[in-house]
Amino acid sequence: MQRKKECVAMLLAGGQGSRLYALTNNIAKPAVAFGAKYRIIDFPLSNCINSGIDTVGVLTQYMPLELNEYIGNGQPWDLDRSFGGVHILSPYQAKSRSSWFEGTANAIYQNMNFMKKYNPDYVLILSGDHIYKMDYSDMLRRHIETKADCTIAAIEVPLKEASRFGILNTNPDGSIYQFEEKPKQPKSTLASMGIYIFTAEKLFKYLEEDDADPNSSKDFGKNVLPAMLNAGERMFSYKFSGYWKDVGTIASLWESNMDLLGEEPAFDVGDADWKIHSRNPLAPPEYIGDSACVTNSMIALGCEIEGTVKNSVLASNVVVEEGATVIDSVIMAGTVVKKGAVVSCAIIDEDCVIEENARVGGEKTDDISIAVLGKKVTIGAGATVEAGKILDKDYKGE
Amino acid sequence: MANSTVGVIFSNIHDHNIPELSRHRTMASIPYGGRYRLIDFALSNMVNAGITTVGIVTKNNYQSLIDHLGSGKDWDLARKDGGIILLPPFSDETDAPYNNRLEALKGITGFLTHRKEDYVLISDCDGVAHMDIGDIVRYHVEKHADITMVYHEEPDVDSSYYMTFAPDETGRIRGLKINGNVTEGKYNCYINVMVINREFLLDIIQDAVARGLTSFGRDILVKSVDTLKLYAYRFDGYYAGINSLQKYYKHSMELLDRKVRAELFGARDIYTKIRDSAPSKYNDDAVVKNSLVSDGCIIEGTVENCILFRGVKVGKGSVIRNSIIMQDTVIETGVTLDCVITDKNVVIRDRRHLAGCAELPYFIAKGRML
Repeated sequence: MQRKKECVAMLLAGGQGSRLYALTNNIAKPAVAFGAKYRIIDFPLSNCINSGIDTVGVLTQYMPLELNEYIGNGQPWDLDRSFGGVHILSPYQAKSRSSWFEGTANAIYQNMNFMKKYNPDYVLILSGDHIYKMDYSDMLRRHIETKADCTIAAIEVPLKEASRFGILNTNPDGSIYQFEEKPKQPKSTLASMGIYIFTAEKLFKYLEEDDADPNSSKDFGKNVLPAMLNAGERMFSYKFSGYWKDVGTIASLWESNMDLLGEEPAFDVGDADWKIHSRNPLAPPEYIGDSACVTNSMIALGCEIEGTVKNSVLASNVVVEEGATVIDSVIMAGTVVKKGAVVSCAIIDEDCVIEENARVGGEKTDDISIAVLGKKVTIGAGATVEAGKILDKDYKGE
Repeated sequence: MANSTVGVIFSNIHDHNIPELSRHRTMASIPYGGRYRLIDFALSNMVNAGITTVGIVTKNNYQSLIDHLGSGKDWDLARKDGGIILLPPFSDETDAPYNNRLEALKGITGFLTHRKEDYVLISDCDGVAHMDIGDIVRYHVEKHADITMVYHEEPDVDSSYYMTFAPDETGRIRGLKINGNVTEGKYNCYINVMVINREFLLDIIQDAVARGLTSFGRDILVKSVDTLKLYAYRFDGYYAGINSLQKYYKHSMELLDRKVRAELFGARDIYTKIRDSAPSKYNDDAVVKNSLVSDGCIIEGTVENCILFRGVKVGKGSVIRNSIIMQDTVIETGVTLDCVITDKNVVIRDRRHLAGCAELPYFIAKGRML
């Protein structure tokens, strides 16, 4: 008997994420920390397992070491399987040719053998830079019902932002008649989320054709999807109405973290019916001291808080000393904010030290500008890092 | 050294000490320190010393323990060779499950016979400490001891719970007594952690069975104190002996002391079951002082000098002081609690006021709704 999987997921995790600047100096974007204990890739991986998809290829290219280590054998997501499970797929040396992944479609094309091993009926393509909870099995059900060759998940976006996205123009039944990549004059506000389900044989056919085309830039949005549409394949949109955020920029990463806060958060990671799985830090419960004041914040295990923390997200083992203030900020694991220091409107990466009375970031304004410190940066005593400044090296002040 | 040591943990042997907390579970699975169970400390000490095989002796009510341990992967003990091996009660057709440590040991002779390690590290689950087990085994080997017993100095009020002894200058154990002391002072108390040569242990068990002995302490250790090579290993670190609900409360509260936390958690990892809870949330009205808070909590009220386990909810206007609130307890609005211990899944409805005192904390059993 040939064993098979109905649906195999391919997660594009190779992007550099250059618009996250210092945060992606040494790690791939999907490995960037989010929401006090998670990494961005936890969301698509958790969505997969919660949707009953247990075979996931993770395509890595840029700075993959930390991401590979984080995913490991996939056990935190229940993706350690004897048949299926999570697999890291990196560029490789082949007999006839060897190359880096060029474009999203080429990355999938180069891993055709991985998919074919599972003899899937459908292939789900995901990207590793979005924060959302989505039941892919419902999307797959729609794909099967509509007898589609390709289904594209889509979300309504504000008109002024529509030209940043791939826009779907659809008929009332959801079928797509036009696909416009980043249009200057968008005809609709239905944006592609970069989540596709393909009927496997169609995907393989079009990937092969795309690979043979020397003029193609080997990209799903620019080449493969338009080619399928031109050939008259059945393409449908799948409307998604929940929380979805592309965290590809400093501002959106900060906003998305802030969306976790409040009594009725815009995005709830504590939903027991849709758990977000992650590799957990080994740390004792957080300690909130006598002089601490912690409000409207999310705090992870192992933190030691003696200062003031407001409207902020603190990852594991962060120390905020007495008299220090952290406000409207995202602080990643192991960072120390010393006495009298102030961190405001900032994203601070792992293992930074903010020395006494230093100041990072500015006041919260409508036109907010987030200060960023990369990994292991030390800000000297009394030094000031202005609003919106991005640093990846130690700074002692003027 | 560690590779030549196999661990054995007695999960049930002190259940009667804290009937409140062990009614539905083993001593080993009593929740402790916000996100741990008592067994996590004994197991982590072993894992951190490089021990890769641990037999866990169980007797009854061990469903919660099985649930906690799973395959052992959270302790890196899901192994092809060894790992965590649950040793359920074993009895001949005529016998009931074991009644004492000797019978329990008899029940695991199969396990002990088939291991290849030279030494057995036997630990109970009535203590919380960061112990260097590698060092204890080294000491045992250096002394060419038959048995090495770990002791800690405890005040007289507690010493009656323990075996006590006075080691001579070479470390050899003399004057071994069981539950003996009434006079004031400090005593060297055996804290239920020992190293014993595996072959020797098997011999003792066989001999004890043949002679119908029943007590490991009284019939073997006390009687043979001068003929066997019993050595004492002094443990000077922080030790929390959990032998009553009062002690459980007192020692739990010591975790609010930075120095105690640094010693227990600072230098190494304590492993426990992963639950994938979200990080804790503190809302606008939260006031939290001098407290330990685990993941998955949502705090909207006032929490002072407390230990909150995973998934606890504290509603608006509620004031919780000097209390230990276990997993998934829901405290609604306008509640006041002082010196209260709630077991798992307790619900305290709006505007209830409950108080105990440090000497006699008010205990609310698992799953109760008030």
